[in-house]
Amino acid sequence: MADLNVTFAGVPFKTPVVVASGTFGFGREYGEIFDLSRLGGICVKGLTLRPRLGNPPPRIAETPMGILNSVGLQNPGVDRFIEEELPYLKTLGTNIIANISGETVEEYAEMAEKLSDAGVDLIEVNISCPNVKAGGAAFGTSCDAAASVTRAVKRAARVPVMVKLTPNVTDIAEIARAVEDAGADAVSLINTLLGMRIDINTRRPVLKNNTGGLSGPAVFPVAVRMVWQVRRAVKIPICGMGGISTGEDAVEMMLAGADIVAVGTALFRDPFAAIRVTEGIVRYLDEHQIENVTEITGKVLLN
Amino acid sequence: MPVLTLAAVRDVRQLSASVWKMTLYSPELARPAKPGQFVHIKCGEGNFLRRPISVCNAQGDTLTLVFERKGAGTRYLSERRAGEKLDILGPLGNGFELRKGRYLLVGGGIGVPPLLYAAKSAESADAVLGFRTKDAVILEDEFRAACGEVTVATDDGSYGTYGTIAAPLREMLASGGYAGVLACGPRAMLRAVAEICAEHSVPCQVSMEERMGCGVGACLVCACKTREGGARAMRRVCKDGPVFWAEEVCW
Ligand SMILES: Cc1cc2nc3c(=O)[nH]c(=O)nc-3n(C[C@H](O)[C@H](O)[C@H](O)COP(=O)(O)OP(=O)(O)OC[C@H]3O[C@@H](n4cnc5c(N)ncnc54)[C@H](O)[C@@H]3O)c2cc1C
Ligand SMILES: Cc1cc2nc3c(=O)[nH]c(=O)nc-3n(C[C@H](O)[C@H](O)[C@H](O)COP(=O)(O)O)c2cc1C
Ligand code: FES
Repeated sequence: MADLNVTFAGVPFKTPVVVASGTFGFGREYGEIFDLSRLGGICVKGLTLRPRLGNPPPRIAETPMGILNSVGLQNPGVDRFIEEELPYLKTLGTNIIANISGETVEEYAEMAEKLSDAGVDLIEVNISCPNVKAGGAAFGTSCDAAASVTRAVKRAARVPVMVKLTPNVTDIAEIARAVEDAGADAVSLINTLLGMRIDINTRRPVLKNNTGGLSGPAVFPVAVRMVWQVRRAVKIPICGMGGISTGEDAVEMMLAGADIVAVGTALFRDPFAAIRVTEGIVRYLDEHQIENVTEITGKVLLN
Repeated sequence: MPVLTLAAVRDVRQLSASVWKMTLYSPELARPAKPGQFVHIKCGEGNFLRRPISVCNAQGDTLTLVFERKGAGTRYLSERRAGEKLDILGPLGNGFELRKGRYLLVGGGIGVPPLLYAAKSAESADAVLGFRTKDAVILEDEFRAACGEVTVATDDGSYGTYGTIAAPLREMLASGGYAGVLACGPRAMLRAVAEICAEHSVPCQVSMEERMGCGVGACLVCACKTREGGARAMRRVCKDGPVFWAEEVCW
């Protein structure tokens, strides 16, 4: 069988498949359904310095081959996460990636420090949440703001730092270059694309928040294109995500330039999606007699 | 522990203009299912999300679902035929908390079906069932078989008692002796039931609805605003619910 081991930003991953932030909670629920040690890693639900209730429901709308969500970073706050969730997560035998959001640069830094002390494997800096008023994507849409968050987190963190990019920009490669220059160890992309659905009978948006983030298979080609653009712009490793639901999708994302991939929304249709993606990658590698999964990253043959 | 399974469709039949009853063979789902729990069903390739449908009854290896045809997902379900298989995740959610004693079940419209399994599981039960009109009445015989007293009310008075469930509910609660009320139906009805139960100091459990993603408690899209010991909290309809104590829900 092909070797799935990947060293990503200095962290060993036993498979290149992780689960995406916000789609997997803190692991407990899917832990009742399958063995989480089969995952390369878990990106936990987005954390903030203080607890957040999130946005009012409805928070989800179905779209052709996807969904819009407007959860708005509901979470118990970083301290309760460290106290109540992290001890369990650490027993799972998989990498734990803490996803953080702040309203100010200082908040990001404070969380990075706490989480480094608590012993997560990697910190994912979310500068791309479309569902919150303060902070969120505001940091991810300007090179200067993205760089200053990255620098602050890098100064505070003692574990590798991955910056999560928003697709809601004109030139994602430019933002990727800015965070690489600011010291990011890796980037992850894409977060959700801003979208909207309207009930034509009531004339009201389906989401209480009016707008939300699009994810699922519908965004896959956009994500592949952006991963490819970022691959050409930076040297740091990439965690590629956005609409992956099969092993073939994951291989495609890796050919475009991803070193590892994340599976998110596909879990809502198939709770075993991340496992099936992993198995699909192995099948592809074996069929093509490729020994190590790292050999396919960025190997798209351009026309 | 929820399982993902392929359940065999045994029978699909129409109960009213817009409501279907589906019987499935599935020991994995039927055996552990508790009243008030639901299952999350994949509805073909065209509908991305699964659809949550309550357990209407579970006997032995057989699971019964009753659903209203609202959009593409429930249309897909209504078009299944015996022998086909459905991809189902379940059983999910907490279900009703049933103790000893007599329960009063209050259902409105498509909220009526999940109460049938509660009726069969309770030590004893009475029911007040509300519908829009005579043609929308479903499962009346089944409730009569499973309950003591059953009152059917229609909004237009075309069948049973005229009006909403409020008046019969008040009357039955006044007669006393209920260990609790279990309610399922439209939000406005649930709110009214909660108020009436509070007036009579009868503990009331309500089954809430919200749009869902994962169905297992991981994605937080199915939030229900609640109070827990004075503090506001967003709880998950799919995992912490769908059944909540009425006084904890922020209506
Ligand atoms: C815990 C729970 C138990 C339920 N039990 C039953 C039942 O036993 N019988 C029954 O007929 N219906 C039940 N419902 C409602 C049922 O899930 C919806 O009617 C159904 O999802 C509509 O799907 P559709 O594709 O036909 O409609 P569409 O309107 O096309 O659906 C579009 C999207 O909105 C969602 N949606 C629409 N209406 C609702 C709703 N009321 N609640 C949650 N999601 C909704 C759908 O799941 C889908 O994602 C239950 C809902 C919940 C949350
Ligand atoms: C319900 C939901 C909640 C999400 N919450 C977060 C979050 O808290 N932090 C974050 O960085 N991304 C969040 N995301 C974005 C995902 O991590 C991912 O970037 C995006 O959904 C694209 O991947 P997918 O199509 O595989 O889901 C969320 C996505 C969904 C669907
Ligand atoms: S539907 Fe995902 S948490 Fe309830």
